[in-house]
Amino acid sequence: MSTALLIEQLLNGLQLGVMLFLMAAGLTLIFGVMGLINLAHGSLYMVGAFACATVAAATGSFWIGLAASLAAAALAGAIVEILVIRRLYERDHLDQVLATFALILIFSEGTRWLFGSFPLYLDIPPLLQGAVPLPGGGQYQLYRLAIIGVGVVVAVGLYLMIARTRLGMRIRAGESDREMIAALGIDISTLYTVVFALGAGMAGLAGALVGALQSVQVGMGEPVLILAFVVIVIGGIGSIKGALFGAILVGVVDTMGRFLLPQALLFMLPPSQAALVGGALASMLIYIVMALILAFRPRGLFAAHS
Amino acid sequence: MRPALSREATVNAVLALLLLAIPLAASAAGQTFYVTLATRIALLALAAVGLNIALGLGGLVSFGHAAFFGLGGYAAGIMATHAFNSEPLLFGLEASTSMPVIWLVAALACGVAALPIGAVSLRTTGVYFIMITLAFAQMIYYFAISWPAYGGEDGLPIYVRNSFPGINTATPLSYFLLCYGMLILGLVLFRFLRDSRFGAALQAARQNATRLSAVGIAPFQIRLVAFVISAMITGVAGALLADLNRFVSPSMLSWHMSGELIVLIILGGKGRLFGPVAGAMLYVLFEYALGSYTERWQLFLGLILLGVVLFARGGLLGLIAGRERHG
Repeated sequence: MSTALLIEQLLNGLQLGVMLFLMAAGLTLIFGVMGLINLAHGSLYMVGAFACATVAAATGSFWIGLAASLAAAALAGAIVEILVIRRLYERDHLDQVLATFALILIFSEGTRWLFGSFPLYLDIPPLLQGAVPLPGGGQYQLYRLAIIGVGVVVAVGLYLMIARTRLGMRIRAGESDREMIAALGIDISTLYTVVFALGAGMAGLAGALVGALQSVQVGMGEPVLILAFVVIVIGGIGSIKGALFGAILVGVVDTMGRFLLPQALLFMLPPSQAALVGGALASMLIYIVMALILAFRPRGLFAAHS
Repeated sequence: MRPALSREATVNAVLALLLLAIPLAASAAGQTFYVTLATRIALLALAAVGLNIALGLGGLVSFGHAAFFGLGGYAAGIMATHAFNSEPLLFGLEASTSMPVIWLVAALACGVAALPIGAVSLRTTGVYFIMITLAFAQMIYYFAISWPAYGGEDGLPIYVRNSFPGINTATPLSYFLLCYGMLILGLVLFRFLRDSRFGAALQAARQNATRLSAVGIAPFQIRLVAFVISAMITGVAGALLADLNRFVSPSMLSWHMSGELIVLIILGGKGRLFGPVAGAMLYVLFEYALGSYTERWQLFLGLILLGVVLFARGGLLGLIAGRERHG
C-alpha cells in the first residue's frame, strides 16, 4: 500500500466528513434552537441537488445552479417551516418524527412526479476539472479538494456568524432560554424560520456539491441523513462543534474502514474471505464506533445541554 | 360503569370480526387476492403489536424495529434455504421447515439482538433513543446488503412455504387463519402484559420514571425486558411475512419499514390494544385503494399522515372510541 493511496483515501474521508458537516450542522442547529428532530432534512438535500442540476442544465453554468440550490433549499425550508414545522415545536418527538416522515414521502413522490424516475446528471464545472498531484506520487481530483475547501469556509463562516453577529447572538440566546428572548421582544417565530432556512440552505448546498460526483435522484438524501444522525449523536445533539468533530470522525472512519479493513484481514483470512468479511465489517464500523462512544458518553462527546 | 371502555371493546370486537369475515367471504367467492391482503394486514398488525409494547406502553420510540422484523424474516428464509439444500446450520444443527421451530428461532434471534441493542440504546432517552435505534437498524441493514451468502441486496427466495403441523400452509385461506390466530395470540399477550404487574411498572416508567425509582423499581431493567419482548413478537411477525411473500430482502430491514410500523400504531391509536390492527387495516387499504388510482399513492399517504399527526391525535380508535382512559 503506497502513501499516495493512503493520502487519497484520507482526503476522501475528509471530503465525506465535510459533506456530512453541512448536513449535520443544520440538523443540530434546528434541534438546539427549536428542539425539533427533522427527518425531512435529507429531502432538502435532494431539493438542492435537483435545483442545481435543473438550473445548470438550463443556463449552462454550474455556479448559477449552485446559487439556485442554496436559494431553492432555503425557500423550501422556509415554506415547510411556516406550513408544517411550526406546529410541531410544542409536540413530543414522536409526532415530530411522524410528521417529518410524512414530509419525506411528500417530497420524494412530488419530486418523482416533477422530474420522473430517471436520475439527472450534473457535470463538474470546467474550472474545477482536472487533478492535483499528491506528495508521494498520485493525483487527487481538484473538485473534491474544492468541496473540502467549501466545507472549511462554511464551518468558519458559521462559527463567525454565531459568535460575532446579532443573528448569532439571538440563536445562542434561543438555545439557552427560549421564553426569555421572546420576553425581550425578539420575534421568535421569524428567528425560527430563519434558522430552519439556514439549515435547509446548507443541506441544499451539500446536495448540489455531491450531485456532481454522483447522480441526482430521488432518495439520494436518505443515506446521508442517517449518517448525519450518527454524526450529531456522536457529537452531542445541539453542538455545532460536536457536529464538526463527529462529521470528520465519521467520514474518515467510514472511508478508511472500507479501505483498510479488507487489507488488514488478509493477515488472518484467505483473500476472497477477507474482502467479504472486511466489506461487511466496514459497512457496520461507524455504527459500532457510535455504540462504543455512547456506552461511555450517552449524551455524545460535546453535549450541549446538561 | 365504564362507557368509554365498553365502546372501545365493541369497536375492537367489530374490527376483529371484520378482519376474519372479509377473507372468509372473499375465499368463498374465489377472490384469493383479498385473502392475501388480509393476511398482510394481520401480519403488519402483529409486528406493530410487538412495537406497541415498547412504544405504546413503555413510551420507547424505537425507530429501528425493522431490524427485528427483518431478522425474523431472514430466520425463516435462512432455515428454508438450508433445509431446501439439505445443508446443516451452524454446529451441524439440522435446519427445519416446521413453522413453530422457525418462529422459536426467529424470536430467539431477535431477543439475542435486542438485548445488546436495548442495553446501549436505553442508556439514552428522547431524540437520542430514536436516532440510536435507527442507527442500529441501519447497521443490520447494511450488513444484510453487503453479506452475499444469503442473497445480499437481491434478497432470498423461499421456494416452498414452510409447514405447520396439521395445516396446509400453501392454501391462502388456511395460511390466513394461521396468521390471524397468531395475531390474536399476540393481542392476548399484549393485554396480559399490559394488565400485569410488569405492565403497570412499564407504564409507570413512561409516565414518571423518577417516582418508579423512588418505590424501588429500576426503570432500566423493566424497559429492557419490554424492548426484548417487543422485538421478539415483531420478529415472529417478520418470519410469517417472509413466508407469506415467500421472499425476504433487505427492504424488510430498511428504515422505511421502521417508519411504517410506527405509522401503523399512530394511525390506529398509540398504546391501545387494537391500535395496531386498526392502523394496519387503514394503511393497507390506503395503499390498495390509492395505489389502484395513482402510482403516486405515497404522496397522498404522506398528506394523510401529516393530517393525522397535526389534527387527529389519538388515531382512528381515538376518533371512534373516544380518548384513552387513564387510571
